[in-house]
Amino acid sequence: MATEESHKNRNNEIGKDLAVYLCLLALAAVQFVIAYQNIDASQMLIRMLTVAIVQAGLAVMFFMHLWTEKRGFVLCVLISTIFVLLAMQYGWTDSTRMVTGAPFSKS
Amino acid sequence: MTEANLTMGGQESSLTGLGPAFSIPTKKLAMWLFIIADTMTFAACLVAYGFVRNGSANWPRPFHSITNVALMTFILLTSSLTMLIGLRAARAGDKAAAFRWTMITAAAGILFGVLHVREWIGLIGEGMTLFHNPWGTPLFGASFFSITGLHLTHVTGGVIALIVVGIRYKSGRYNADDIEVLGLYWHFVDLVWMFVVPLVYLLNLAH
Repeated sequence: MATEESHKNRNNEIGKDLAVYLCLLALAAVQFVIAYQNIDASQMLIRMLTVAIVQAGLAVMFFMHLWTEKRGFVLCVLISTIFVLLAMQYGWTDSTRMVTGAPFSKS
Repeated sequence: MTEANLTMGGQESSLTGLGPAFSIPTKKLAMWLFIIADTMTFAACLVAYGFVRNGSANWPRPFHSITNVALMTFILLTSSLTMLIGLRAARAGDKAAAFRWTMITAAAGILFGVLHVREWIGLIGEGMTLFHNPWGTPLFGASFFSITGLHLTHVTGGVIALIVVGIRYKSGRYNADDIEVLGLYWHFVDLVWMFVVPLVYLLNLAH
């Protein structure tokens, strides 16, 4: 009976994993659809990044089981990672300035 | 007391007298710290790629077909699922099934690598290298091969680890915790690919 119950639990968990996997596949398909839309490059980037972030969230929470860890650990991982990722976005205005050829900031 | 259990179960440290902050096995914590560090590395590479792409007037868009990329994405996502199934089997004590699914994951990783190298050979045949490409700025070749090469290196390392850990798990040297820690790494490799595909491939599709 204990073996049957553990087998049933294992099947339920694999069912959940399968559901998350199918969501990830669907989101990947959405990214491919976005790639062929007739939209501005910046819009395309925003939409694709949004989908990628949702995919990453699903993978981290369910495939990597971060949601089952202690809350302090989850916060530590998320806050440190997101902080550094946001801090990397500092120089985008410099990249657009490169296109016009201006070597130095005018201010 | 095994090393894996050192920080489990609210045991106080003999050095500090404090309980564990995260209640997580040492190996798993080490893998998470590595994953966080590697996330920064890949993010830096992708941001640098975005920077040069944004700042280049003649950035090429040479990818005509998405079939290969779609297939590679499917294989890598499926390998994450097979890794999870292997972990569930390991947790349930089914050693044979856990080993089988771990080897299937490794095989998927090898298939991904083969498709990737085949794509590279096709692009090199068209004239694209680290320092040159026939369609525009040479930075395109440099950034493409650097980012995809870094990812492929991670996949290759993961495949080797899957084979070694799988064999040692089967022989009884490793346990289900080790399969879980390796699974974390493999899911991370898949997660990075979810960002590489739209930024490096899909944004450079020829319309």
